[in-house]
Amino acid sequence: MGHIGAMPEPVILVDHLVKRYGGTVAVDDIGFAVERGVTAALLGGNGAGKTTTLSILLGLLLPSSGRVHVFGEDVLRHRYRVLPRMNFSSPYVDLPHRLTVRQNLQIYGRLYGLPRRGERIELLARDLQIETLLDRPAGKLSAGQKTRVALAKALLNEPELLLLDEPTASLDPDTGDWVRGYLEEYCASTGATILLASHNMAEVERMCSQVMMMKEGHIVDRGSPDELIDRYGRANLEEVFLHIARGTTATLEPAL
Amino acid sequence: MTGRMIRQRGEAPFSPARVWAMLLRYLYILRSSWPRTIELLYWPTLQMLIWGFMSQFLAENSSYIARAFGVLLAAVMLWDLLFRSQLGLSMSFLDEMWSRNLGQLFVTPLRPYEWLISLLAMSVIRVTIGIVPAMLLAIPLYHYSIFDMGLPLIAFLVVLLMMGWALGLAICGGILRHGMGAEGLAWTVIFALAPLSCVYYPVTTLPGWLQPFAWALPSTYVFEGMRAVLIDNHFRTDYFLAALALDVVYLVIGAVIFFIAFHDARRRGALLQMGE
Repeated sequence: MGHIGAMPEPVILVDHLVKRYGGTVAVDDIGFAVERGVTAALLGGNGAGKTTTLSILLGLLLPSSGRVHVFGEDVLRHRYRVLPRMNFSSPYVDLPHRLTVRQNLQIYGRLYGLPRRGERIELLARDLQIETLLDRPAGKLSAGQKTRVALAKALLNEPELLLLDEPTASLDPDTGDWVRGYLEEYCASTGATILLASHNMAEVERMCSQVMMMKEGHIVDRGSPDELIDRYGRANLEEVFLHIARGTTATLEPAL
Repeated sequence: MTGRMIRQRGEAPFSPARVWAMLLRYLYILRSSWPRTIELLYWPTLQMLIWGFMSQFLAENSSYIARAFGVLLAAVMLWDLLFRSQLGLSMSFLDEMWSRNLGQLFVTPLRPYEWLISLLAMSVIRVTIGIVPAMLLAIPLYHYSIFDMGLPLIAFLVVLLMMGWALGLAICGGILRHGMGAEGLAWTVIFALAPLSCVYYPVTTLPGWLQPFAWALPSTYVFEGMRAVLIDNHFRTDYFLAALALDVVYLVIGAVIFFIAFHDARRRGALLQMGE
C-alpha cells in the first residue's frame, strides 16, 4: 500500500495503479488521494502518464492492475454510480463540429438527465459569456470560444468532481486567466474537487494546493507548490518541473 | 436537489431519455446537411429507375419477366433496404468516429447498449427516408407497387433490417478494433454477400457446393420467398422462420463482436484517440 494518504474517504483514491500497453508501461504503480474541495494537479512532461491516469479515472481506459475509487466507489465496477457526479474537459476532445453549441449542450444535458436543461444552458451561457455562440456550429469557434463551450459542457451536470486535461492549453493569456478565475469561483461556490493535468506551471501554482509530479509513469514527487519549491530550492514550480524533467528528483538529488 | 436528481437518473441502468438524446444528435446531423439527405434518397431512386426501365424492356422480351414484372424491381428495392439498413447503422457510428466524440460520450452516464439502440433506431429512420420515396415513385412510373405484396412485405422488411443490423454491428466492431483504416468495410462488405443472396436469380442457379453457403444467409430466404410470393402467390412461412432464426443468431454474433471490440477499445485507450 504505502501510497495512500490517511484522510478518510477522499474523492479520488488511486492505489497501485498500473497501465501497460504491450511492453510499454504508461503508468507504473502510482497511488494518490485527493480530498473533497481540493484542486490537485498531475504535472509532467509528454508521456509522463497524466492523460492515461485521467482516462482511467473517467473509465475510458481500463488499467492493467490497481484500485481506482471515486466518491468511495470502485470505478472499474461501478463507474455509472459516479459518472453523473463528475465531468471532464479537454481541448483535445472537441464537441461535434456540425451541431450548434446549443444542440451539443442540449444533447449532453439529456445524457445527464438534467431536469431543466434550457434554464441551465442559459445560465451557463451567461456565466461563461457564450450567449452569442449558442446558435453557431461548434466547429466554427475560435480556440478560446471552444474552451469556454467545453467548460459549459463540463459544468452542465454541476459536477462535484472535474477532471481537466490542460484546461487552458492554446488560450491567450487573457482567456486563460479568465478560465482559471472561473474555475476558482466554481470550486469556491460549490465545494467541487478538481484534478487537472497541465504543463502550465503558473496555472498550477495559482490554482492547486496539491501537486503530483509525474515522470515516465511514476509519481516522482508530491506536495503543495510551495513545499515542492522549497524542497528543490527553486524560485518557482517551473524550475522544479525542469529540474525533475531533466532527470533528478528531490528524493534522489535535491538542489541545495 | 438538482444534483441528486441527476445522480438518480444517471444511475438508472437503462434510460429512454439517453437513447433519445443520441437519436436526436444523429437527427441534428442529418438535418444540418441537406446533401446527406439527398444522398439517402439518390441511390435507391436511381437504382429503381434503372431496374424499372430494364424490367419494362425485359417484360416485352422474356416470358419469365412478363409473368412477374415486379420481380426485378422488388428485388432491387429489397436489396437496397438491406444495404441501407446496414449503412444507416454504420454511418451514425462513423459520425462519432469522424467527430472524435467517443471520449466525450462515454464519460456521461450513456451505456454502450443505449448507444446501440439509438444506432438501430437511426438505421430505421435512414432506411425509411431512403427507400420509401423510391417505392412510392415506382407506382406512377411503372404502375408497380411493392406494397401489393401485403403482409409478406413486412416479414421481408423485418428479416432484412435485422440482417443489416447484424452486419452493421460486426462492421462497427471491426472499425472499433482496427480504427478508421477499416472504414471502407461499411460500404463494401454487403456487396460480397450479393451473389450468395441470390437477389435476381434462384438459388438453384448457383453451383451445388455453393448453395449451402447461400442458405446460411437470411437474405437468400427473403429473395426466394419474394419470388414465391410474386410468381406463385405463395408465402413461404418456413423460409420466413428460418431467416428469422438466422437473423437472431447473426444479431447475437454481431452484438458480441461489437461489445468485445468496445471493451477492447477501453483496454487500449482507443475511445479517446479514435477518429480522423
